[in-house]
Amino acid sequence: MDRVPILRLGDCLLVTVQVDMHDELAMTLQDDLTNKIVATKARGVLIDISALEMVDSFIGRMLGNIAAMSRILDARTVVVGMQPAVAITLVELGLSLPGIRTALNVDAGLALLRRMLDEGGEGTHVD
Amino acid sequence: MSIEPTTLPVRSGEDVVKVRQAVRTLAMDLGFSLVDQTKVITAASELARNTLTYGGGGEVRIERLNQGPKRAGVRLTFEDRGPGISNIDLALTDGFTTGNGLGLGLNGARKLSHEFDIWSQPGVGTRVTITRWK
Ligand SMILES: Nc1ncnc2c1ncn2[C@@H]1O[C@H](COP(=O)(O)OP(=O)(O)O)[C@@H](O)[C@H]1O
Ligand SMILES: [Mg+2]
Repeated sequence: MDRVPILRLGDCLLVTVQVDMHDELAMTLQDDLTNKIVATKARGVLIDISALEMVDSFIGRMLGNIAAMSRILDARTVVVGMQPAVAITLVELGLSLPGIRTALNVDAGLALLRRMLDEGGEGTHVD
Repeated sequence: MSIEPTTLPVRSGEDVVKVRQAVRTLAMDLGFSLVDQTKVITAASELARNTLTYGGGGEVRIERLNQGPKRAGVRLTFEDRGPGISNIDLALTDGFTTGNGLGLGLNGARKLSHEFDIWSQPGVGTRVTITRWK
């Protein structure tokens, strides 16, 4: 079975989502990513969706799940590279991707993650 | 691409991908803008997944509409013989789901289309038709 590759960039993970990702693959990615965050103690997750020709409510839910799950594992998520046509369609569909930070590209996303990690270093834990 | 309408099965996640690809090919062929292509394939994706998840699988008819040189469009008819929908208004309410979705697909597909028609009968099945003009 095919999988979405997860690359390690220092203390962050980079996921490049391919075109035409089918539902089973999306579910596998959620599981793989959870395991990888734990195994590598990653602090940030960057999801590059520039190859996606559309984001429907299923993929939107997957992105939200990934963000929520990384948060529980004390990692931050940034989604990068959404195509303008995809963004326009998402708004019309009524999907607002709550709780998901976005950036234009991988570089901007990494910079945003760095800032989030620096700011969120203290005071995020409630023990 | 042929002039005849195409019918594709919707029985797996990979079929949903194939439906999106077929709809994209037709919309491109008709000269839809990138945004309009994206809208119609997103609507198709939502409806195909409903056919699969709730309808237990079914099929989609993909039609090219050519009413004169200035009126080109895509019409999609999703049909299943699943459990049907007892309350269509409720199903069309944003946030309503009987599964574990976001409850945005059915109404989202309506918003992304110029024409939207739904027929459903409990115990018989569901048919949703959408049209998007160029
Ligand atoms: N083809 C179908 N057959 C039976 N029920 C359906 C069908 N399509 C949609 N529904 C019902 O309508 C509800 C709303 O659908 P939708 O807006 O796509 O949200 P979601 O897929 O997230 O549940 C579904 O939860 C389901 O109860
Ligand atoms: Mg749905």
